[in-house]
This record gives sequence, C-alpha cells and structure tokens, in this order.
Amino acid sequence: MNGNGETDVTRAPSLASRRRLAVRRFAQKVDRPIFFALGLVSLVALGVIFVFVVREAIPVFRYVSPFSLLGPAWHPTSEPPLFGALPMIAATGLVTLGALVLAIPLGFASAGFVAEIAPPALRDLAKSLLELLAAIPSVVYGLFGLTVVAPFVQRTFNLPTGQNGLSASLILALMALPTVASLAEDALTAVPKAHREASLALGASRWQTTWRVVFPSAFSGLFGAAVLGMGRAVGETMAVLMVAGNSPVLTWSFLRPVRTLTAGIALEMAEAPSGSAHYHALFMLGAILLLLALATNGLAEWFRGRVARQGE
Amino acid sequence: MKRLHIWSSLLLGLALLGVAFSATASDEVTYKGSTTVLPIAGLLSEALAPNIVLSVQGGGSGTGIAAIIDGTTDIAGSSRYMKLEEFQKAVANGVMPYVWEVAIDALAIVVHPSNPIEQIIYEDLRRIYFGGVTNWSVLGGPAMPIVVVSRDTSSGTYGTFKEVVLENQEVTDGALFQSSNGAVATTVASTPGAIGYVGLGYLQPSLKAIPLAKTAEGPFVAASVETALSLEYPLSRPLFMITNGYPQGAVARVIRFALSDEGQRLVLEAGYAPIRALSE
Repeated sequence: MNGNGETDVTRAPSLASRRRLAVRRFAQKVDRPIFFALGLVSLVALGVIFVFVVREAIPVFRYVSPFSLLGPAWHPTSEPPLFGALPMIAATGLVTLGALVLAIPLGFASAGFVAEIAPPALRDLAKSLLELLAAIPSVVYGLFGLTVVAPFVQRTFNLPTGQNGLSASLILALMALPTVASLAEDALTAVPKAHREASLALGASRWQTTWRVVFPSAFSGLFGAAVLGMGRAVGETMAVLMVAGNSPVLTWSFLRPVRTLTAGIALEMAEAPSGSAHYHALFMLGAILLLLALATNGLAEWFRGRVARQGE
Repeated sequence: MKRLHIWSSLLLGLALLGVAFSATASDEVTYKGSTTVLPIAGLLSEALAPNIVLSVQGGGSGTGIAAIIDGTTDIAGSSRYMKLEEFQKAVANGVMPYVWEVAIDALAIVVHPSNPIEQIIYEDLRRIYFGGVTNWSVLGGPAMPIVVVSRDTSSGTYGTFKEVVLENQEVTDGALFQSSNGAVATTVASTPGAIGYVGLGYLQPSLKAIPLAKTAEGPFVAASVETALSLEYPLSRPLFMITNGYPQGAVARVIRFALSDEGQRLVLEAGYAPIRALSE
C-alpha cells in the first residue's frame, strides 16, 4: 500500500517521512495488543450471544417440562400451549440434508473445473459469477423460490403445493453452492503443483490426477467447505421462510410443507408478547439451533483431526 | 460514594438535556395496544414524522386499554369495544375514555381464480381449517386437494380469524403458515387448490374472494369495502383508538389525521377497510 513512502525514506529523510517511521514503530509496538483485543471481541460476542439466548430460553421450563420440548406438536397459542420442537428439528435436518446432497457434488465439481481444467479467462469469469451468486440477498432467493422454484416443483411432481422441503432444499443448495465451491476451489489450488506434475509424469491422465491425487490431498479443505456449506443451509432463514410452507408437522417427505427452526423463530417472534411462555419457547428454539451448530462444528473438527492423523 | 456522585450528576445532566430537547423538538405521542391496529399506527407514524413523533408499541387490546386507564399511553389501540369494568375502572382513575372508530377489519376468504366454488359458510371453513375436509369435491368443487393457507399463529389477523370463525380452536398443523398478508395472497394466487384469508387491502385480480355467510341460510355477502362499511359482511369488526377524554394538541392531530381521507388511505394500505367511502 505504501510503496512510495518506502523509497522516500531511503532518498531523503524529510520530517514527514521521519514522522511516518515513528508511527510505524509505534504500530509495531502496539499491534499485538490491538489484534489480541480485536480477536477477543468476536470471542466475547459469541459468549454474550450464547449466554443471552440461553438465559431467555430457560424460563420456558416454568411452563412446560424439558421432555415436552421434544414432543411432536407445536401449538404456541392454544390453552395450554404445546412447545414440541421435534417437527422443526427434523425439518431443519431434512432440508439441510437435501441441500447438501445437491450442493456438495455441484460445488466440488465446479471447484474442480475452475482449479484444474478451465483456461484462465474462463476461470476468472466462473469465479466472479460464483462470487456474484454469493452476493445476492437471501430475500431475493426467497422471491425466486416462491415464484419460480415452488411452481416448478408443484407441476413436476403434480403436488397440491410447491411450498415444501424440496423447494427449500433446491434454494438452499443454490445459496450454499458459492460457499462450497469457492472454499473447495481454494483447497484444490493449495495442493502443491509438484503432486500434479509427479502424477502426470507417471503417466496418469488429467482426470486420474484430479480425481486420485488432487482431491484426496485436499480432503481436509474440501471437508471444511462442506461443513461451512452446511452451516449456511442450517442457518438460512428468509428464503426458507418464503418457500418451505412452514407447516409444523413431523414428516420425512421432501414433498410436504415443513417448518425449520429458523423459519419458526422468524415467523412467530414478531408478535409473540415479550416475556410470555411463547417468547421463551422461541428462544429455546434458538438455543437448540445454537447447540446444533456447535455440535456439527465440533463433529467436523473431530472428524478432520482423525482423518489428518490417519493420513500421516 | 464519589462514584455515585458522578453517576447521579451524569444522569441529571442527561435528564436536563432530555427536557431541553423535548421542549424544542417535535411533539411526542405514544400508541400502545392491539397488534391488529398496530400496522395502521405504524403507517400513521411514518406519515406524521417528523412533526409528530408517534411511537408505537403492541401488546394486545387488553394491554392498551390498561395503559390508557393507568395514563401510561396517549392512544390505546383496540380490536374490541371497552368492557363495562374497564370503563368503571377508568372513571374511578379519573380517566374518561373516548373511543374512536378508525378502521374496519374485514377478512376476505380467497381461493385461486380457477376454483369454481361460489360460496362458503363458517362451518365449511371450520372443517377445512381443522383438517377434516381435505378435498374440494366434498364442498361441491373439483376433485382437487385443498391447500390450507393461514397466517402465523401469533399474528392479529390469525387471532381475528380464530376468534370469529374457528371458535378459538387451532388451525391444522398441515396448513401452510405465511408471515404476512402479502405472502398469503401470493401463495393462494399461485396454488390452484389453495384457500386463505387476507385483509381487504390485499384483494387483487389474481385472487378470487368467495361470498361468505355465517350459516347456510345466508345471506352470502362478497367482501368489499362497501359491504364492510355497511356491516353486512360477516367476517368484519370495527377497530378502535381510545384517548383520555376529548383529545388535545398533538394527540388530537394524530386522531384527526387518522380519520382524514389521507389517513383512511393508509388504513386501506395497512390491509383494512376505511370507515367511509373514499373519493378517488
């Protein structure tokens, strides 16, 4: 950034450049504490969010037993209210699974294309298109899903409604694709060139090299890409709210309307009276969502560690 | 002790600053109450800013009326008339409630335009929304599964529908739950087997509103601003704003504005029927 300043210093140490030097020395002295403090901010934010969500969620036990939270019925405004979150937990799992089944092969394949096969010009175009895909706001994805994907699903499968788990999975796959593809592409690019050259020199074809050498070497990076894609799918709210239909029913069918945890919170939080049982129950959904995210991240780390050890 | 001093002086300073500001800045009016009236209050607030700062808060009709009795709000919103006990309590507190009708909440029952169904009664709606009837053929329509579309269970619109039509029982879990009147309209307009309910402001050519009657004896009435105004349409109720006595100053300006043609157009925009026919 400051290349010109550098040459100035060597030529003639003016007052301005000396001042700049002093600033740089000062910066070198304080950089560690500053970075430490900034790093701490995200840690503190995470802690505060966690504590707040859990604190707002706990009072729900004044109204219902912990066990009933895994019940099959969600009737927050009936008398007495029922806060069974199982349908929403199952729906979150179902929709995420569907999205990943689509997004991972597609994402890895486009990463493979960009990193290994595409000529430079096409490569830049593909990368910027992927970035553009990531920059589209989720409400726009939701509108697209509502007006294009859902009617398409409805006609294709001859269903009464296209607002269902499949439509949500399709949209989520599209949204997770840029995350998966660009991270996977980074992982593939990071594989040393020597591996490829060695493989090609041994007479392996380009396809064999990509599939048998590059992909396995990049495994942990690819796995990370898949996990982050999953995080995107689990946490997405607006687009899912618009296309999933939001019926709180327990189902394993992709062709029925479902309500995910995120959509459940967004749907009802706006008008749930603050401090009511319903309000605390919605925070409990948030806590469950947080736990799910922590569990998947933890599992992913553990799995990656195990694979890394096996590789040695 | 010293620290306490600093804090208290700081607070005092802030308070003084606040007083100074409120004296010079625009008038402040508070709204509290019904979530059904809340969208109207929200639009009024936007239109009145920055001359009058109308801060709006939900909580329900009961909460709003309690607040006007306690004198903690300038305007209470309510989707029902005040009860006798509430009046008595208010008068005992030295508050004389003045009730203004600001809008009519009428919900139209809508289906896809291709649906040939001509009319519907409350009993049919209950059978559909409780999940008992799942095919239009049962109601004399085509052999087509019914897609039940509802608002989310915490919305005021859902509350009205549940109270007036569903006798306070819950909609089937199999329904599609949408987070806004607009989302219900979009879903019904794009789903041939769908049925839903929306505020009058959301009626459009891509939706077919079906004439409604309480019982099979009729009369069947189509939802429109006119039938809501004449109180012929069954699924409607007046919405109120309540003030303490005949309003003065900024509160009076808010109420006047709500009742003006401009205010009543905002009522329509919020999805409700105005209290009188509006000139174009």
